[in-house]
Amino acid sequence: MEFFHGVNVDWMGKAKYFVSLSVILLAVGWVSIYLRVSKNPGVMYGIDFRGGTLVYVRFAGKPPIEQIRAGLQQAGLPNSSIQGISDTQNLGSQNDVVIGLEQSQGDESLDAGKQKILDVLHKTFGADSSGKPDFNSISSSALAADLTQKDPLSLGTNAGDRYTQLATQLTDARDKDHEGVVTSFDQLKGVAGVTPAVLASLSNNYSLSTFAIRDAEIVGPKVGAQLRRQAFFATLYALAGMLVYIAFRFEWVYGAAAVIAVFHDVLITLGFFSLFHYEISLTVIAALLTLVGYSMNDTIVIFDRVRENLRLMRREPFKDIVNKSINQTLSRTILTSGLTFLTVLVLFLMGGEVLRAFSFAMVVGVVVGTYSSFGIAAPIVVLWNKYHGGQGSTVRAGSAAPKRAPVAARS
Amino acid sequence: MNPQLKWKFVFIGAVLLVCIYGVIGLPAFPTSPAILKDNLADRIKLGLDLKGGSHLVLQVQVEEAIRQHCDQTVDQIKKQLHEKNIGTGEIREVDDTHIEVLDVEPATSGSFRDLVSNQFTDWAMAPDPGKINGYLLTMKPSVVSDLRKSAMDQSLEVLTRRINALGLTEPTIAFTGRSDDEILIQLPGEGDPTRAKSVIQAGGQLQLTLVVGDQTYPSEIAALAANGGVLPAGTIIVPGRADNTAAGQQAQQVYYILSRAPIVTGQDLVGANPQPSTNNPGQYEVNFHLSTSAAARFGPFTEANVSHRMAIVLDNKVYTAPVINSRIEDSGVIEGQFSQDSAQDLALVLRAGALPASIKYLEERTVGPSLGADSIRQGVRASIGSMIVVMIFLVFYYRLSGVNAVVALVLNLVILVAFMAYAGAVLTLPGIAGVILTIGMGVDSNVLVFERIREELRNGKLPAPAVETGFSRAFLTIIDTHVTTIVSAVFLFLFGSGTPVQGFAITLVIGLLANVFTSIYVSRAIFDYHLSRMGRQAQLSI
Repeated sequence: MEFFHGVNVDWMGKAKYFVSLSVILLAVGWVSIYLRVSKNPGVMYGIDFRGGTLVYVRFAGKPPIEQIRAGLQQAGLPNSSIQGISDTQNLGSQNDVVIGLEQSQGDESLDAGKQKILDVLHKTFGADSSGKPDFNSISSSALAADLTQKDPLSLGTNAGDRYTQLATQLTDARDKDHEGVVTSFDQLKGVAGVTPAVLASLSNNYSLSTFAIRDAEIVGPKVGAQLRRQAFFATLYALAGMLVYIAFRFEWVYGAAAVIAVFHDVLITLGFFSLFHYEISLTVIAALLTLVGYSMNDTIVIFDRVRENLRLMRREPFKDIVNKSINQTLSRTILTSGLTFLTVLVLFLMGGEVLRAFSFAMVVGVVVGTYSSFGIAAPIVVLWNKYHGGQGSTVRAGSAAPKRAPVAARS
Repeated sequence: MNPQLKWKFVFIGAVLLVCIYGVIGLPAFPTSPAILKDNLADRIKLGLDLKGGSHLVLQVQVEEAIRQHCDQTVDQIKKQLHEKNIGTGEIREVDDTHIEVLDVEPATSGSFRDLVSNQFTDWAMAPDPGKINGYLLTMKPSVVSDLRKSAMDQSLEVLTRRINALGLTEPTIAFTGRSDDEILIQLPGEGDPTRAKSVIQAGGQLQLTLVVGDQTYPSEIAALAANGGVLPAGTIIVPGRADNTAAGQQAQQVYYILSRAPIVTGQDLVGANPQPSTNNPGQYEVNFHLSTSAAARFGPFTEANVSHRMAIVLDNKVYTAPVINSRIEDSGVIEGQFSQDSAQDLALVLRAGALPASIKYLEERTVGPSLGADSIRQGVRASIGSMIVVMIFLVFYYRLSGVNAVVALVLNLVILVAFMAYAGAVLTLPGIAGVILTIGMGVDSNVLVFERIREELRNGKLPAPAVETGFSRAFLTIIDTHVTTIVSAVFLFLFGSGTPVQGFAITLVIGLLANVFTSIYVSRAIFDYHLSRMGRQAQLSI
């Protein structure tokens, strides 16, 4: 089976349309970023880079968002944000809510914000006044220690790791079978090793709230800025490394073109992030790096073909050689991009909330990254060639040819 | 099959075996599904973002250690000057690394300079600009950096001891690598870091010292007033809790005037244990034992101060100030309305030693086990799903050669996982991003080769030379794309230390190296095998 061959498109003739398209995309995205950032400087960043507190809470049923909001207002936390997570793939997480709090200057300790949110939740949703610890929030190790001490199975010194196992089974049942929130201790009846004595001990010693803290992130403002800077510089050095390598293998203008194209991809993807109100977090940085790698890969494949064709077609104009190279690799480009796009699309649709922003960056990045190889990187090289040499002059990618000799000798 | 090709397959088989063994065969040979499951859990290390747990980043306030050194130097200089009868004016700390000595008597300035340059070698001395007969001492930069480093090393050591004593599973305590005063603590599986945090943050500086005047004051002002507005030399005011508090009653805040020079400090302890309180039933206390050398000081001291009060000071707070009834040799008790847990934690902190400087939290993340499990399940499900679709497509599009690509891709993943297992690398969410890029480039390598072979076939070449040319042409492209990405990943690894970017770089480098091997070497070997079995004119299934 074959889809594309014998294609003959004048890609470079359409370069001005590509460039206009890029300019429009860049403008729309960055105007959106500008408008949003001028209202709220930290809006583009997730908690990682901005600093602040995020608490993921899971409720036993649909989260009473209005009640939470009222509770937060009452506690004097009007700047907090609440976000419900809806996810068609995982019914359980429709019960999730994310409560965010900006880092405030006066906070004496890092986790003051988290404590305030917890206080509000406990107050609003009537934590047990007996002061018993909440079973829905306890960790497996703490439960094990507690069970060992209480010894409901009367094992005495023979307990060994029985209680550790039991605790793991109980917390597993809570987290997997009941989506993290147990509403009645009777729900744990079916768990292996649970006897009425164990249940009685649990209900005597623990309370059950209607929610559980699934995840909490607290990032100090200084760390946010530091992480931002470090991720930025690591990426910058990585780009410089690629530039040098490509310049070494081809010519420096190829390296520059590839790096400009990659920059273009990242900038457009960031614009899309703003348009669709996604936040830039550390995992998104990983996605941006992935798309940098992907786009670079795509560009090099085309450049590689140009380099090869330059030696085969010594008399033709440089522009035609580039066109021909893109057409020759088109089949590969569409296949690879199509398959990669498919992969990240599945990840975007099915990968769950945690990976959402990440896979969104990938979905946009794969499309933009593929496009920029022929739409941005190749025209830059053609343009350079037009003004600084062109076919037949000394500026030729074929200068890498001698390095090819050992490969040819292999066969 | 020709012998060269046979050896290729033997080599590929050996790599495959070593990799599979690396993933499922260690630490115990899998004889049952349960062992297999344990092996997998042991070999494939998941990061906190996937497994759940607590992640803390804290900053050691190293300036405190430097300031302390400066404080001590000022005290020592004063003492030495006094002993040597060198007259000076005020001696003060300008900042943490500068000391100003004003108005050195011209007659003794020679001996002053000798004293500083001989005995205070950590300091550089220069005339104080603009001050006649004044000197400015500056802590040498090498001393500052040594102090910083030793404060960090000591903090790491102390924190490691404290956290290990908590008995959690596989904690990580390490420098973050992103800034030289930060320490990273990871507690896998620990959904609530409250207790660990209180143990980490406890200063743990214990001092036993004499209460000057044997009494307490309701406020600092009252303490000063009782002494005519001036503190007696060598004393400090320290807050504390009134001793005569009944059980259940909120302790009253009082102030003590204490001797600056402690008799015993935390370094003199050889043991500390919680025990039920004898005086306050239901409460706990911590008893401690002193080393023999400390006991040799403590015995005479207590004998000389019978019927005076001695304060037990922890982190600049008086916990108790009992009256010494008789000579005490080598043990004591800290009372302070402790619960069993808090007494246990205090004993732990005392045993582990004091931190050289206080710490501040910069970052705290807890991922509940269920959220981590959710993200793994969903991410893995999506990845496997999409990989299967990709593989089906490859077989559909390239027929038998597509099978070849599928084999190469699967082998690529096996090598990647095995490499990570052997290297003990941790798989994180960004790491999965690296895997996705690896798979994408793996598919691409195969497509590049196949498209090239098809082109050669279209140009009328026979299968064998077409495969030959296809591989050698695509080889250059594959090397260029892979090396470029590996170069960038190496930079990310070097400059992204302490950030999740590193996890991405690790899987990417390993995956791409494996990819070069599978998509060129392995795939080529399979092609050659097919070619060797079919006739010269037969069609290649591509």
